[in-house]
Amino acid sequence: MKFGIVVSEGPYTHQASDSAYNFVKAALAKGHEVSRVFFYHDGVNVGTRLSIPPQDDRQIQEQWTALAKEHDLDLVICIAAAQRRGLLDQNEADRQGKDANNIAEGFRISGLGQLIEMGIQADRTITFGD
Amino acid sequence: MSEQVKKFLYVNRKAPYGTIYAQESLEVVLIGAAFDQDVSMAFLDDGVFQLTKGQDTKGIGLKNFSATFRALGDYEVTKLYVEKESLDERGLTLDDLQNIEYEDEDDDYAEKPSIRLVSRAEMADVMAEQDVVLSF
Repeated sequence: MKFGIVVSEGPYTHQASDSAYNFVKAALAKGHEVSRVFFYHDGVNVGTRLSIPPQDDRQIQEQWTALAKEHDLDLVICIAAAQRRGLLDQNEADRQGKDANNIAEGFRISGLGQLIEMGIQADRTITFGD
Repeated sequence: MSEQVKKFLYVNRKAPYGTIYAQESLEVVLIGAAFDQDVSMAFLDDGVFQLTKGQDTKGIGLKNFSATFRALGDYEVTKLYVEKESLDERGLTLDDLQNIEYEDEDDDYAEKPSIRLVSRAEMADVMAEQDVVLSF
């Protein structure tokens, strides 16, 4: 089965990104395919590398980055949602005249078309939200 | 863009203001229209407030995007399912909602209502027949 995943709530405030992470890990372990994980609404905040959670807590962004590296996952952050919330890669920072980027390794910023395309290509699209 | 056509349903459950869900849902619908899929929208729970007429956001400093719903027909988004029980529970009727129409190209471009009032049970049927359900 080919899964497409939507994460639509931010890290720590909501459990959505944790549940999505656990689902993706379990699906991959069972031999399924995860074609893309699309971060929307406050979910885009999962992709900042500047978060500093307490050391005895789970490191949500690092978990995703490691999982992406291990399984060559496509982690896509919605550009429109990201711009509102201050999530930038270097390309966007340059384009918008901002002095820094904050995107974490393993994530990329792209358009909403990637969400629709994921829905078309995946056998199942699952939203983790509120 | 794609040869494969799937049935997409965008489920709107939240009030238009107070949170960003309604606005960012519309952004997905408008972008998604370019993909030539079979698109429907559902409005239930507080989501029915998104379609009310006479919205005025001046006092809260937010953008009033309610006119966008009337433009959906131009994007070939012509099926807006509204749940009757959700209206009833909030003291609303169809008369409280905007008049949203589309031009039916198969019927000499006659203007037809986009809003389809359905019961909660019928809404479950609408959802069951979809390929992709995105919930906002």
